[in-house]
Amino acid sequence: MKFKKLIVASSIVASTMISNFAFAAENIKVGVLHSLSGTMAISETTLKDTVLMMIADQNAKGGLLGKKIEAVVVDPASNWPLFAEKGRELLAKDKVDVIFGSWTSVSRKSVLPVLEELDGLMFYPVQYEGEESSRNIFYTGAAPNQQAIPAVDYLMNDIGAKRWVLLGTDYVYPRTTNKILEAYLLSKGVKPEDIMVNYTPFGHSDWQNIVADVKKFGSTGKKTAVVSTINGDANIPFYKELGNQGVSAEDIPVIAFSVGEEELSGFDTTPLVGHMAAWNYFQSIDTEENEEFIANWKKYIGDDKRVTNDPMEATYIGFKMWVKAVEKAGTTDVDAVEQAMIGIAIPNLTGGIAVMNSNHHLSKPVFIGEIQADGQFEVVWSTPDTVIGDAWSNYLPSSKDLISDWTAPVSCGNFNIKTAKCSGK
Amino acid sequence: MLRLFSLLVFCLMSWHVAADDHLATAGNEQQAETTLASLLKQLPNTKLNKMAPLIKKIAATSAPQVPAILETLQAGELYYLKANKQLVHAQRTQHKKYDLTDLLSNAPLPSVTSSAIKKVRTNNRIRRQIGDLLSNMELNAKDPAIRLEAVKQLLDSPNKVGIKSVTLLHDNEPQSKIRELMSVVLAVEQLKAGTEAEKLAAVSILTGRLEPAVKNALVKALDNSTALSDKSELTRALSHAIDKIEQQGDLYQIADHLFFGLSLGSVLLLSAIGLAITFGVMGVINMAHGEMMMLGAYTTYVIQQTFPTLIEYSLLMAIPAAFVVSGLVGIIIERGVIRFLKGRPLETLLATFGISLILQQLVRTIFSPLNRQVEAPQWMSGSLDINPIFSLTYNRLYIILFALMVFFSLLMILKKSSLGLHVRAVSQNRDMARALSIKSSWVDAITFGLGSGIAGIAGVALSQLTNVGPNLGQAYIIDSFLVVVFGGVGNLWGTLVAAMTLGTFNKFLEPSMGPVLANIIVLVGLILFIQKRPKGLFPQKGRAAE
Repeated sequence: MKFKKLIVASSIVASTMISNFAFAAENIKVGVLHSLSGTMAISETTLKDTVLMMIADQNAKGGLLGKKIEAVVVDPASNWPLFAEKGRELLAKDKVDVIFGSWTSVSRKSVLPVLEELDGLMFYPVQYEGEESSRNIFYTGAAPNQQAIPAVDYLMNDIGAKRWVLLGTDYVYPRTTNKILEAYLLSKGVKPEDIMVNYTPFGHSDWQNIVADVKKFGSTGKKTAVVSTINGDANIPFYKELGNQGVSAEDIPVIAFSVGEEELSGFDTTPLVGHMAAWNYFQSIDTEENEEFIANWKKYIGDDKRVTNDPMEATYIGFKMWVKAVEKAGTTDVDAVEQAMIGIAIPNLTGGIAVMNSNHHLSKPVFIGEIQADGQFEVVWSTPDTVIGDAWSNYLPSSKDLISDWTAPVSCGNFNIKTAKCSGK
Repeated sequence: MLRLFSLLVFCLMSWHVAADDHLATAGNEQQAETTLASLLKQLPNTKLNKMAPLIKKIAATSAPQVPAILETLQAGELYYLKANKQLVHAQRTQHKKYDLTDLLSNAPLPSVTSSAIKKVRTNNRIRRQIGDLLSNMELNAKDPAIRLEAVKQLLDSPNKVGIKSVTLLHDNEPQSKIRELMSVVLAVEQLKAGTEAEKLAAVSILTGRLEPAVKNALVKALDNSTALSDKSELTRALSHAIDKIEQQGDLYQIADHLFFGLSLGSVLLLSAIGLAITFGVMGVINMAHGEMMMLGAYTTYVIQQTFPTLIEYSLLMAIPAAFVVSGLVGIIIERGVIRFLKGRPLETLLATFGISLILQQLVRTIFSPLNRQVEAPQWMSGSLDINPIFSLTYNRLYIILFALMVFFSLLMILKKSSLGLHVRAVSQNRDMARALSIKSSWVDAITFGLGSGIAGIAGVALSQLTNVGPNLGQAYIIDSFLVVVFGGVGNLWGTLVAAMTLGTFNKFLEPSMGPVLANIIVLVGLILFIQKRPKGLFPQKGRAAE
C-alpha cells in the first residue's frame, strides 16, 4: 500500500514537473481590461498605456520567472455588461494570469462575478466608494478613508469650514461617498441644516441655479466649502459658472475627488485656480522615483506634454506588487499569488512605502493640492504617514461592524465582528 | 512787540515739535523695517498651519514695504533661493526659467531655473487673510473703486483694525456711496456691542440693506435679544428689518430664476430657430441639425487657434465664419442627399441621422475625440452686479441679446427680403410658385443653407456655455425639436415663445425638483399639451396650413 501511494505521489510530482516544463516555453499573460472607446476612453486609454509601459519595462529587465510577459488587450468599450463578457474571454479563452482593468465602479461590479466564478485575479486602480472586498480583486486606488475623509478633515480644521455642500454626478460612487461623508459630518457635530446635497446628470452644463444656490447657502456668514464628486466634463462648465458668478476659491473653496492632471490638461485653468483636489499622488510631487516615472512615461508615449495622474500611480504600484508577489510565490497561480500579495511592500512614487494589507487595500499617503494656472497641483497638506485603506466604512450603520481580512483564520471579505460570522459567502 | 516775540517763540516751539515728530517716525520706520526683516526670515521655514500668525505680525509692523510683500505672496510669486534662503520675487519668463528681484530692495538678481528656488507656499485660507489685511490698507486708497472694494471686504470679514480706520475715515469720505457702506459697517459693529439706543439706531441704518452680512448680523442680534425680552422695541425693529430684507430677497430670487430661465430659453431659441426654418418652413426632418451647431462651435475653436492673439474678437469673427461653414455644409447636404428624398420623411430622417454620425466621426478623426477648449474673451466673463444679492452673468446676458438679435434678423429676412418672399411662396404652394417662375430647387437649397448657417451661429454661442466636443449637437437636437413642435410648426414667433416658456418653466422647477426631475416634468407636460393641441401653441391657419 505504502509503495502504491509513493508511486501515485511521485507520478503527481512528475506530472506537475512535466506540465511546468510544458508551460516554461509559454509567456506569462497579462490581461488589460480598459475601455478604449466610448465615454471612458479618455481616462482609461492612459491606464492601458501605463500597463503596456510597465510590461515593456519588466521584459527589458529579463521578464518574470524567466518568461516573457505578454499583454492581451481587449476593449470593453465603456459598455458595462461588456466588461463581464470581455473578462470571461480573458480568463477562459486567453487564460491570462492576471487582469489590470476597470475604471467606473459599475464596470468593476459587472466583472466581479466572473472573476469569482473563474477564480481570476484583477487589479483595480481607481479611487472608489468602498463597501466591497473580493478575494479576487486588489484595490490599489483610494478607499473613502484615504481620500474623502481626510479631505473633509482638512477643510474642517485648516480652512475652518462650517457649512457643507456635497455636489455629485448621479451614480453609485458619488451617492455612496456622499452618504459616508454625511454620516461623518453629522458624527462631527455638523447640523443637518448645514449640509446641502445635490446630484446632477452626467455631462450637465447649465449650472446657473446650482451655483446660485451654493452662493446663497454660503452667504450666512459661516465658512462654506463644496465637496465635489462631479465626474467628467461637467466640471469645466461648473467651475466657469463659479467664476462668472464671482465665487472665488477664497470665498467658497471646492475640493474635488475626480479632477486630476489628466482632466485638466489642455484646459484653461484660470477659473479653477485655488480650488482643490484630494489624491494619493500628484505629478508635481518632487521625488526621484516620480521624476523617473514621469520621464519614462513621456518617453514611452512620445509626447512631452502628457501628464501623469493618481490612477497611473495606482497601476504602477499594482503591477510592481504583482511582479514581486509572483517572484515570491514562484508561480503565477492565483491562490498562491493572492496569499503572497498580502504584506508586499514597494516604494510608491511620492517618497513613501505602499503596503498591501490583508483586506486587499493599500496603505497610502493622502495629499491635498490646489489647482495652479498651468493645470498642475500644488500640495498644501498631506497626512503625516500613510493611511490604511478601509474597505468597509465605519460611518455607515450597515457596514460599521464589518471588516475584511483575507489571511488564514478569518479569510473573509465581509466579516462581522459583532456576530463573528462571515456575512457573505 | 511782546506779541511779536510770543509769536516767534510759538513758531520756534512748533517747529521743534514737528522736527521731533519727524525724527520719531523715522525711528519707528527703521525699527519696523528691522522687525520686518527678522520676521521675513522665518517665512521659508514656517509650516502652512503656522503661517497665519506670522503674516499677522508682518502686517502689524506697518513698514512701507508690507503691502508689496503681501501682494507678492498672495500672487504666489514669493520664492526663496534654496542656497541661502534669500527671499525673492520670482516671475516665470519661460518654461522653468524665472526672473528674480530681491524682495526688500527690488534689486534685480540673475535669472535662475526652477530647481534653484522654492516657493513660499500659501493656501486658500492664507490668501484670504492676506486679502483682508491688504483691503484694510486700501481703505484710504486714492481710487474710489479700490476703497469701495476694501469696505465691502471689511463688511464680509470684519476685523478690529479695519473698523477702527473706518471710524476715522467715515466723516471725511467724499463719495456718498462709500460713506453709506462705511456707516453700514459701523452699524453692524454697533449691533454686536452697543447700548439699546445705539442698536436701535443701527437697525434703522441697516433696514433695507441687501448685503448678506447685514442680514446675518440682524439675525444674530435678534437671536440674542429674544433671549432677553420678547416684546422690546429693539426686538420688534429687528424682526421688522429682517422681514423687509427677506421680502426683497424673495423678490430678487424670482428675478434670478427668471433670468436663468430666459438664458436657458435663449439657448433653446438659438438651437431651435434654424430648425424652425428647415423643419418648420421646409418640412425636412433634419437629424444632423445638432451637428451643424457642433460645426459652428468647432469653427470658433479653429478661429481661436488661427488667431491666438485676437481672443477678444474671436467670437465676432467666428459668427460669420460659422454661418458660412455650417451653411455650406447644409447646402451640400441638401443638394447631395435631401433633394432626392423629397416627400419621404422617414427616409430623410434616417439619411440625416446617418449624416450626423458621419459628421461626428469626421470631427473625431480631425480634432480627436477629446473636448476642445474654446476660451472665453474677457468681456464674456464676470457679472453685472445690480445689487449685493442680484447679479447677471455677462455671458448669459450677451447670449440672450444675441439670440433675440438673430431671431429678429431672421424674421426680417423672411418678411422683407425677396428671398424671404420666395421661401414663403415655395413653402405655401410649391407648384404655384414654380408656375410663377420661382426656381424652387434653388430656394430649397438656400433655405436649408440659411437654417444650417443659423445653427452654426448657435454653435458659436454654445461654445461659450458648454464643452466643445463631438457630442455637442446630440445634447441639443431633442430639445430643438421639442421647441419647434411646441411652438407650432412653421411659426417663428411660436418658436420664440415656446423656447422662453420651456426655459423659464425648467428653471423655476429646478430648485425644488432637481435638474433631472425638472426635465422630466417639463417633458411630460409637453406631451400632454401636444395631446390636447397637436399643432402647438400657434398653429398655422388657413390654406397655408395644408
